Amino acid sequence: MANLNVKEQDLLTHDDHHGHDDHGDHHGDKYQSSFVDRYIFSQDHKTIAKQFLITGMFWALIGAAMSIIFRLQLGFPDADMAWLQPLLGGWIDIDPATGEGTLDPNFYYALVTMHGTIIVFFVLTAGLSGTFSNLLIPLQCGARDMASPMMNMLSYWFFFLAGAVMFISLFLNTGPFSGGWTAYPPLSELPQASDGSKAGATLWIVSLVLFVVSVLLGGINYITTVINMRTKGMHMFRLPLTIWAFLVTAILGLLSFPVLASGFFMVTFDRVLGTSFFLNEIYVAGEALTTRVGGSAILYQHLFWFLGHPEVYIIILPAMGIVSEVLSVHARKPIFGYKAMVFSILAIAVLSFLVWAHHMYMTGMNPFIANIFVLFTLIIAVPSAVKVFNWIATVWGGNFRYNSASLFSIGFVSMFISGGLTGIFLGNSAIDIQQHDTYFVVAHFHVVMGVAAFFGMFAGIYHWFPRLYGRFMNETLGRLHFWGTFIGAYAVFGPMHYLGMAGVPRRYYRFDTFASFSQFDAMNQFITIAAIVVFMFQILFVVNFFYSIYRGRKQDKLNPWGATTLEWTAPINAGHGNWEGEIPAVHRWPYDLSKYDDREFVLQTEPLAEGEKDGGH
Amino acid sequence: MGLTIVLFIILFTVFVVQIGKARELASIVRADPGEEDEINKFHAGVGMFFMVAFLLICVWSFYHYIPTSLGWGPNTAASEHGTEVDRLFNVTLFFTSIVFFLTHIALFWFGWKYRGIRGKKATYLAHNEKLEMVWMIIPAIVMAFLVIDGLDAWNNIMTDLPEEAQSVILPAEGSDNEFIEIEATGSQFLWYLRYPGRDGKLGTKYFTQINSNNPLGQTWTDEKNIDDFMTTELVLPKDKKVRVRITARDVLHNFYIRDMRVKMDAVPGMPTYFIFTPTVTTDSMRRRLSTRPEWQVPDANDPTKERWETYNYELACAELCGRGHYSMRNIVRIVEEDEYLDWLDAQEGGKIQVDSVRVFDPETFEEKLYVVPNTKGTIKSQYFSKIWGTDDDPFKMARHESLEALVLNKLYIGEDYAAAKEIRNSYEYSDDEFRTSAQFMKDIKVLLNKARISNDVEEAKELRTQSAALLKELTSLTQKVEEVTDDTQSNGLTLNTTETSAQDSDV
Repeated sequence: MANLNVKEQDLLTHDDHHGHDDHGDHHGDKYQSSFVDRYIFSQDHKTIAKQFLITGMFWALIGAAMSIIFRLQLGFPDADMAWLQPLLGGWIDIDPATGEGTLDPNFYYALVTMHGTIIVFFVLTAGLSGTFSNLLIPLQCGARDMASPMMNMLSYWFFFLAGAVMFISLFLNTGPFSGGWTAYPPLSELPQASDGSKAGATLWIVSLVLFVVSVLLGGINYITTVINMRTKGMHMFRLPLTIWAFLVTAILGLLSFPVLASGFFMVTFDRVLGTSFFLNEIYVAGEALTTRVGGSAILYQHLFWFLGHPEVYIIILPAMGIVSEVLSVHARKPIFGYKAMVFSILAIAVLSFLVWAHHMYMTGMNPFIANIFVLFTLIIAVPSAVKVFNWIATVWGGNFRYNSASLFSIGFVSMFISGGLTGIFLGNSAIDIQQHDTYFVVAHFHVVMGVAAFFGMFAGIYHWFPRLYGRFMNETLGRLHFWGTFIGAYAVFGPMHYLGMAGVPRRYYRFDTFASFSQFDAMNQFITIAAIVVFMFQILFVVNFFYSIYRGRKQDKLNPWGATTLEWTAPINAGHGNWEGEIPAVHRWPYDLSKYDDREFVLQTEPLAEGEKDGGH
Repeated sequence: MGLTIVLFIILFTVFVVQIGKARELASIVRADPGEEDEINKFHAGVGMFFMVAFLLICVWSFYHYIPTSLGWGPNTAASEHGTEVDRLFNVTLFFTSIVFFLTHIALFWFGWKYRGIRGKKATYLAHNEKLEMVWMIIPAIVMAFLVIDGLDAWNNIMTDLPEEAQSVILPAEGSDNEFIEIEATGSQFLWYLRYPGRDGKLGTKYFTQINSNNPLGQTWTDEKNIDDFMTTELVLPKDKKVRVRITARDVLHNFYIRDMRVKMDAVPGMPTYFIFTPTVTTDSMRRRLSTRPEWQVPDANDPTKERWETYNYELACAELCGRGHYSMRNIVRIVEEDEYLDWLDAQEGGKIQVDSVRVFDPETFEEKLYVVPNTKGTIKSQYFSKIWGTDDDPFKMARHESLEALVLNKLYIGEDYAAAKEIRNSYEYSDDEFRTSAQFMKDIKVLLNKARISNDVEEAKELRTQSAALLKELTSLTQKVEEVTDDTQSNGLTLNTTETSAQDSDV
């Protein structure tokens, strides 16, 4: 079956390449004849990957800048913010007597909400999975493009549209949505209850529904491509772990995002049509909503977290896949326990659908139900632990090459350990009584899925930058970027654990209203300063990235890292269709590194020697 | 200013980028084959240094933050179930710390030991099933332990009260089936705290009846509502089981008392509950803090006091509810039983100065003419202050006599106790006698407190009779003392007390 597809694809591209088959450079096919087709509405998966990546970076900068502004508020609540007025306008309230400016609490909550939404969905879902699934699935599976390049293109443009709508919502005069990235009703449904729940919430929902469309279009494509379009000999257990991770991620997205969409539709019905899915017995703004009874606010939370929990694995699994690949290549040895890694990905995926209510222990959900969710939540620690130990074992006995990509993989493992361990506290419902919605949670999820996923993304960018642009990123800047981000991220989120252990709640505009929560001024200032420093290091990365696209050191070898996988067999700056001529067939698993004394690595395309057993089994 | 900063940042970035570029070019020009080994060594070394420093900082910072970490210093749970939460946290901390340290040491140490060296070959090691089984089974066992321990605690904490349990004004010592029921209603952006009043039962409410005179929408036809009163301060007695009924008026809120380890969402249209037993009074908590240097500094809001003197438990909101989310603060005061009863009396009007004079019904308490408080405005329930006597009053000016009688009863009890105290304080005792009199006082107090919280006038009368009998014995003790001391001044007093006890015994 896979073979048949290859033949069809071959015919397709060969038609367009009559006459210049000997050309090293590949000037596109009939779908790439004009500038617009080639760079904007491109159907080439590599171009779409770049589009996802750069759009993701744009949103990452906006999301991070927002966090800097609200960190300033938390670190220096009494400082004069009037200097931000040119940027934030009316959201800085100026005291007419002193001329000093303060950040409006509504806008503080809008910033927090937008930061979460943008980073979770636009950066770590679209920017991470969108980029690397698009880039690597066809290249590492040995396919000329996605199963449906057209749908793939639409996936990006729906994401773009989602971003555009969200961007517009930032400029509404009632402000962007401010009910938290989880958008719990009734707050998100009652325009009377919050300014952000007026037009801001409408645009937020429109944007995210468009985003769900994008994820589904992309996901269907990734799954179909991996299942149907692998090259000859690439059976499932010869897939690199990246592909396994992307495949499972896409399946998770496909199963969970529609549930989120259904939740959003119900919220929309409540907002627009006067239904009461999530409303019951509400008295707000001097008025009892007598016709809005019978719904349940908890129901929304079930729908939301049924996506929300798989979502964190949608974020972290691609990072895990990337890190497995990068660690193995740069340690010059096979990933330890390939099959265990595959099965732990699968186990995590299955369990991720059975743990959603651990976000809801303290929401008034029947406490008995928590028993099941505690059990599954702590079980998920087992496959995660296996992965961690396997990564460490991969470093053991290696010949570890330190560069930006591999440093970020090491950093990922460290972050995943630190953040994963705090999850064991929060997953246990009895401890969650105290830790729920405190800074302990903030620290936990930022370390384990925020920073760790970013590290996976950085590792991937540094590692596959040559594959994307035919050049290298600057290594000095890359390593500097790593150490600054690694130490800085711990400086930002490490102290937050202590805030959480002191019981300081999250989403507070300022802490001095409470004696118990206001003892940490110095720590909050430290965190803010650390966050600014980390942000500066990210600017360095962005500069390095764009500089390297045009002026970076050129890729001189086809396979610069000495990897074994198929993406390095395609020509540098390959055009649409990836390979000249036949797609290479695969004869062995992807981790034959340091297998022979005389050769450091063996490409997947090399046939097994007489009597040689394929690795990893 | 802003422009200079931006300019500086741009220049600095250009500078760093130039260095990066220069190093890249230099390495190409040098073409030194050993350079990569140097780089590997440098970064592996930095990794080792980082690991050591990081782990040391973790230990140091933990030590530094012990005063605010749960279960260690002053931030130890002040409720019964809370100690269990703290214990579980620290058990988990113990196991996770081991893993945290071992994995970090392994990761960076291997990174150093197996750093890339030119010409060296990595070990071809694809898998080792035994090893993988080991590190699958060990976490599984630890997790199983944590799950069992955690769920055991969780189910104990979350178990509802037995069906026969009664909410009362003050649960009896050692009674498992009595509890105090209070209600907290979250609203943008304040908490409405409702107490059940004399009957110990909260009245019903419905959101359609909410208006400015009735912020909770209490149903006035429900007699349980008549004595329900609202406060801004949550006052609770030590060592008594409390069930908070948590509701919300508009959006989600969360009832969160940090020191009590209490947290539960308030959901509109769906009451939630949290059952807890405070174990440390506000005063003992302050004493606990007073020994710590960081609390011995002047308070920011009141420089005449040190920080520990102004410490209070606080009720907060822990679920995003809009722009004022961070400001939903109420003080929680945990007090001894007596203080709680005094506070309740004050809330109900039992100790309020009288503002009208009336002859009391001689059938019930005939001996003395007492001034009677005007019910309206002195019993601070929402009903009496806002509804009684208005058109909204479903009982149309009904007198609520039993309630009045009960509140009035407290005046007598207060008198009884004041009299007993006066007698006790009027004499000098030898050590033995002092002990005897102290025991008397204690017994009297128990009886009177019982009478105070009783909802039955007859029962209260019976209790007061018993206490009067004790008072008589105490009087005889003091009379003996009097014979010895022959204090003329005490004559009047003795006469007084005799009168009092005579009255009481008649009752």
